[in-house]
Amino acid sequence: MNLPYTVIFEKRTEDYPKWLPAVTSLASVIVAFIISGIVLKMIGGDPILVLKFFFSATFGSWAVFSDTMVKATPLIMVGLACAVAFKMKLWNIGAEGQFYMGAFFSSLVVLIPMVNLETTPKFIVIALMVIMGMIGGAIWGFIPGYLKAKYQVNEIIITLMLNYVALYWNNFWIFDKWSDAGFQMTPQFEKVAWLPRLSDLAKEYKAFSGITLHLGVVFGIIAAIIIWWILERSHWGYEIKLIGDNPQAARYAGLNITKNLVLVMMLSGALAGLAGMSEISGVVHRLQEKISPGYGFTGIIVAWLAKLNPFAVIIVSILFGALIIAGRQIQPSGIANLLQGIILFMVISSDVLLRYKIRIIRLEQEA
Amino acid sequence: MNLEIILHAGLATGTILLFAAIGEIFSERAGILNLGVEGMMLLGAMAGFSTSLATGNAWVGLIVAMLAGGILSLAHGLVTIHLQADQVVSGLSLTFLGTGLALVLGEGLTGQHPPTIPIVDIPLLSQIPFLGKVFFSEHSLLVYVGYIFAPLTAYYIYKTRPGMHLRAVGEKPSAADTLGISVYGVRYFYTFVGGMLAGLAGATISLAITPGWYSTQTTSGQGWIAVGLVIFAQWNPMRAAFGGYLFGMLRRFILDLQGPAVLFGIANPLYVNSNYGFFLQMMPFVLTIVALIWGSRAATKKRLGAPAALGVPYIRGERGL
Amino acid sequence: MTSSPPSHAVEMKDIVIRFPGVLANDRVNLTLKHGEIHALLGENGAGKSTLMSALAGLYKPSSGTMRVHGELVDFNSPKDAIAKGIGMVYQHFMLVPTQTVTENILLGLNEPKFFMDLPKYDQKIRDLQDQFGLRVDPTMKVWQLSVGEQQRVEILKTLYRGADVLIMDEPTAVLAPQEIDELMNTMRSMTKQGKSIIFISHKLNEVTAVADRLTVLRKGVATAEGMDIEGLTGEKLAELMVGRKVIFRVEKKEQEPGDVVLDLREISAQNNKGVRALNKLSLKVHQGEILGIAGVAGNGQSELAEVITGMRGCEGSILINGEDVANTEPSAAIARGVAHIPEDRTGVGSAPNMTITENTIMKNYRDQPIGNKWSINFTEARDHARGLKDAYDILAPNVRTMARKLSGGNLQKVILAREITTNPKLMVAMQPTRGLDVGAIESIQRLLLEQREAGTAILLISEELEELLTLSDRIAVLHEGKVMGIMDAENADVKEIGLMMTGTKRSDA
Repeated sequence: MNLPYTVIFEKRTEDYPKWLPAVTSLASVIVAFIISGIVLKMIGGDPILVLKFFFSATFGSWAVFSDTMVKATPLIMVGLACAVAFKMKLWNIGAEGQFYMGAFFSSLVVLIPMVNLETTPKFIVIALMVIMGMIGGAIWGFIPGYLKAKYQVNEIIITLMLNYVALYWNNFWIFDKWSDAGFQMTPQFEKVAWLPRLSDLAKEYKAFSGITLHLGVVFGIIAAIIIWWILERSHWGYEIKLIGDNPQAARYAGLNITKNLVLVMMLSGALAGLAGMSEISGVVHRLQEKISPGYGFTGIIVAWLAKLNPFAVIIVSILFGALIIAGRQIQPSGIANLLQGIILFMVISSDVLLRYKIRIIRLEQEA
Repeated sequence: MNLEIILHAGLATGTILLFAAIGEIFSERAGILNLGVEGMMLLGAMAGFSTSLATGNAWVGLIVAMLAGGILSLAHGLVTIHLQADQVVSGLSLTFLGTGLALVLGEGLTGQHPPTIPIVDIPLLSQIPFLGKVFFSEHSLLVYVGYIFAPLTAYYIYKTRPGMHLRAVGEKPSAADTLGISVYGVRYFYTFVGGMLAGLAGATISLAITPGWYSTQTTSGQGWIAVGLVIFAQWNPMRAAFGGYLFGMLRRFILDLQGPAVLFGIANPLYVNSNYGFFLQMMPFVLTIVALIWGSRAATKKRLGAPAALGVPYIRGERGL
Repeated sequence: MTSSPPSHAVEMKDIVIRFPGVLANDRVNLTLKHGEIHALLGENGAGKSTLMSALAGLYKPSSGTMRVHGELVDFNSPKDAIAKGIGMVYQHFMLVPTQTVTENILLGLNEPKFFMDLPKYDQKIRDLQDQFGLRVDPTMKVWQLSVGEQQRVEILKTLYRGADVLIMDEPTAVLAPQEIDELMNTMRSMTKQGKSIIFISHKLNEVTAVADRLTVLRKGVATAEGMDIEGLTGEKLAELMVGRKVIFRVEKKEQEPGDVVLDLREISAQNNKGVRALNKLSLKVHQGEILGIAGVAGNGQSELAEVITGMRGCEGSILINGEDVANTEPSAAIARGVAHIPEDRTGVGSAPNMTITENTIMKNYRDQPIGNKWSINFTEARDHARGLKDAYDILAPNVRTMARKLSGGNLQKVILAREITTNPKLMVAMQPTRGLDVGAIESIQRLLLEQREAGTAILLISEELEELLTLSDRIAVLHEGKVMGIMDAENADVKEIGLMMTGTKRSDA
C-alpha cells in the first residue's frame, strides 16, 4: 500500500516544548503497562482484572493509600539520591548498598546501644539515628567517589560491587552478633527508636487507627525541597550541572572536579542511607536480612522517569510504591521486575523525541 | 585445600566469566557499552534450561540461550545506535528486562533436571600427571571450548580484517564511515554477538557448571563481575580468559577456606563460626574492585584505555565531519 | 549525432543540499576538467565542504545531478564514490590514531580479505610513496605522527584506492609556508600524472598560486562558476566571496604598551603523549599590547595556553603582575585576572546543554549581584545575559536558548562577552576566529582590539598569519616549544617568519 505521506525524523533546531519531557514519561508508563498486559495475557493471566486490582490495592481506600505511601517513602529518598548523582553524570548504581549501610549504621544506635534507651528522649534517639543513617550511606558513597577521583575507576562497577558487600556485611551482624535467638534478624527495637506514625494518634483520632504512614515521608518531602533548592538555586547545584554537562568546561571555569566527585557521591549516599534509616525506624523496627525489595535499583528508574526533577521524583515514587504493593500479590512475582524494565526502556527510547521531531510530509506527485 | 581441585574448579567457573567478558569485549570494542550482561546471562540460563527440559537436548538449549541473549541485546542496540540514547541507562534497563523475563518465564523451573552438557576427559592429554588432571579431565565440553575460544577471538580481533574494522569503528567511527564501512552495521553485529555470548555464559551455568535453575541466584552477580573483568583485561580476550580463570580459582580457594578445622597451622576461625563465611562471600566483589583499581592505574600508566568512541553515539556530522 | 564532446572529470549540475533549517547549497554547478586544479573558494560556512561531501558520497543532494567521467552517478555511500575514483582528503583527518599507517590505508578495502599480512603491504605503500614523493613510515601508529605526516597518510589513502579525482579540504590549514609550497608542488605533480584536483580553501593567495580555474560560493550560492584564474585580482575575488571589494579592515590604534603583565620564565612542559612540548620558553606581554604567537599547529601552542591558564603543569615560573601562578589550578589563574578564550568552543569553552545565561555566568556566578553567599539570583543573571546579548550583538531567540544551538560566531561572542566581563588583566586567545564567517571574524577581531585599547594584555595564538599581522603589536614564532624570534608586526617579513616556523632560522630579537 503506497501512502501519499512519509514520516521523517528531523533534528530539532529550536528547544523542545516544555511539556514534552513530562508527556514522554507519562506515555512511557502507559505503553509499558500495555506491553506487560500483553505478556501477562500470553502466559495466561487476566490483564484487566490485574489493572482493576492494582487500583483498588493501591488507591482504593485511605488504608491502602497509606501503605502505598509507606512504600513510596524510601523511594523518594533513593530517587533523589540517584537524581543528584545522575545530574553530574555520576552513575550511582549503589543506592541499594548505601541504603543497607544507612540501615545498619542507624541500627547501631539501638544495638550497641549508643545512648541509654530508657532515659533518652525520643527525638534525640531519632535524630541520632538519622545522623548515623546518613553517615553510613555517605561512607558507602565516599568509597566509589574517592576511587573515581583518585584512580579514575569506573563508578558503575564499584557501586554495584559494594551493593553485594553491604548485603553480606549486614548478614554477618544479624546472623551472628545481634541475632534474635538464632533467627536471621535482630530483636525488635525499643519503641523509643520507632518513627512516629499516624496510628500513634489513634486514641485521639479514630480514623488513624491502623494507618502505618510514618514520619519518614516528611523526611522525603523535606529532602526533595532541599535538593531542589541545592540544584536549582545554589552555587553547588550550578557547579554540579556544569560538571555533568561538560567536565572540561567546568575545569576551565576553575571548578574543582575531584572535590565535587566525592561530595556529590557522599550526598547521594547519605540520601540513600536516610532511606534505609527511615525503613528501619519507620517500618521494620529491627535490622533484618531483607529490608529492601530492590529500592536502590527502582530508585534509578524513578530518577530517570522523573527526568531528574526532585518534585517529579515524589510523584513517580508514589506510582512505584503502588507497583510494589500491587506486585506483591500479582503472580508471577517477576512481573514487577519486568514492568520496571519496560518502563525504563520506554523512557530512554522516548528521549529521542527530545532531540528529533516527527514530521509527516506529503509526497510530491511527479507529473 | 587441594591445589588440583582449586585449579580445576577455577577453570570451570572461569569459563562462564570468559564467555560473558569476551562478549562484552566485542561489544565495547565496537563502541557500545552494554551493562545488561547480568540480565542477558540470567535470561540465557533460563532459556537454555527450559529448552533443554522441553526438547531433551542440552545443545538445542544452548543455541536457544544464545539467541535469547542476542535478540534482547538488539533492543539495546536499537535504542543506543539508532535512537542515540544514553548507553548506561539503556544497559541497566536491559538488566531489568532480562531479569524480569527470566523470572516470569522461569516460574516453576526450580528443581527440574534437564539434560546437561556432557562432561568428558580428553584422551591422552588427561593422562599427563597433575596438569592433565587439572586441564583435561572431567570438564564440561564447554570448558574445552573456552580454551580455544579465547585465543581464537584474540587472533580475530588483532590479526584479521574484520577485527581491524571492529577496532576502527570503536576508535574513530568517522574514519571507518568515510571509507565505506557501515558503522551502524558493525555496531549492531557486535552488540548481537555480545548478547549471544552473554546468553551462552548463562547457559553454561545452568546446563554445565552448576546445573540447575535457582532464580536470580543462578548468576548472583557474575554478569557484573564480567563487565568489570573487561576493564581489567584491557579489552583483550586472552587477559579476560586469564582473569576469569584466576577469579574462579580465588573463589574456590575462598570457599575451601571454610572447610578444615586447622588452617596453615592455626585454628580456622571459619570453622569455629560459620558466619564468618559472609566475609568470604564478599570477597569476589571486593576482588573485582581491587582488580578495577589495579586495571585503571595500569591503563593510565601505559596511556592505554577504552576504545575512544566507547559510549558515544555516532552521528554523521552535518557541516562536514 | 555528431561526436560527443570529451567528458569532464566531474560535472555537478544544479546541486541542492538541505539540512533542517539550512539551505547549504542552492543550485550549484561545478565542472572539473581533466588534469586541472580547480579551486572551490568561499568563506567559512559558505557550503564548500557540504558540496564536496556530496561528491564524496556522504550526503545525497536533495536535487541535481552528478557525472563522473561523463557517467551519471548516484552515490549511496562513500564506498560508491570511492569506486568511481573520487578520493577525499578531509580537513579533520579521518585516521584511527591507534592503528598504523598501513592499517589506516587498508581500512575498508577488500584486499587483503581476511588475514592481514602487514609487512607485505608496508612495502606496497612504500612503493606508492616513492611514486608521488610522500614519505612517511608505514609501520608507525598514527598518533605518533606529526600533523604534516598525517596529511600525507590521508592523501596516500586516496591514491592507494586509485582515485583520479582528489578533493582536498582546506589542506593548508595545518602547514607552515614552506610545507604549503611543498604541497602545491605535490599537487602539480599529481595532475601531471593524470589526476584532477578540487582544492577547497578560503585563502585567496593560495588559490591564485596554484589553481587553474575556480568556483566561488557565498552563502550556498555560486557567485562564480569555473572562472579562469588568469587576470583575477584580489579585489574581484574578495567581492565574489563576500560581496565587498575588500574582505575587511580593522582599525588598530597606535599606542604605547605599558608595564609587563605576563612574564614567562624558562617554561618547560610535556604534552599528553609525554613528549616535551615547551622547551625553556620565555616571553613577556605588556599592558595594552597584543603579542601574536605564530607557528605550525602542534609546536606547543595548546600547551602554552594551558600552562598560563592553569590547566597544565610546568617547570619554570609564570608571573602575572609579579605573582607566580605556575602549577596552580585554573581557579588561581582566574583569580589573578587571566581570561581564556579556548581553542575548542564547544568542548571546553561552553556547556552545550546549558542556557546562554548559565554559560555567561561561568566566571562570576559567585559575585554580586548575580550570586550571593550560597545561591544564585537567576533574575539578575538573565538581565546580565540580556545586556551582554545586546551589547555584543549575539543572535539567538533569547537568553534561555541552549548553547549548542548557537552558530560558531555567536557562541564565540558569548565566550568573549563572558571573559571580557571579568575585566581581565591578561587575555589568552587561542584560535579565536577559526571556523567563523567573515562577519563574525570582524566582530571578534574588533572586540580584541577594543580590549587592547582598554589596556588588557593579550596573547593571541593563531594559525592565520594574516590575522596575526593585522592585530598584533609584536609577533613571536614558536617552533618545537621554543621562541625562534620576536619582531614588530609592522615590519615583519613573512618569509622570515616562515623560516622560523619550520625551525630553519633563529634570531635573538
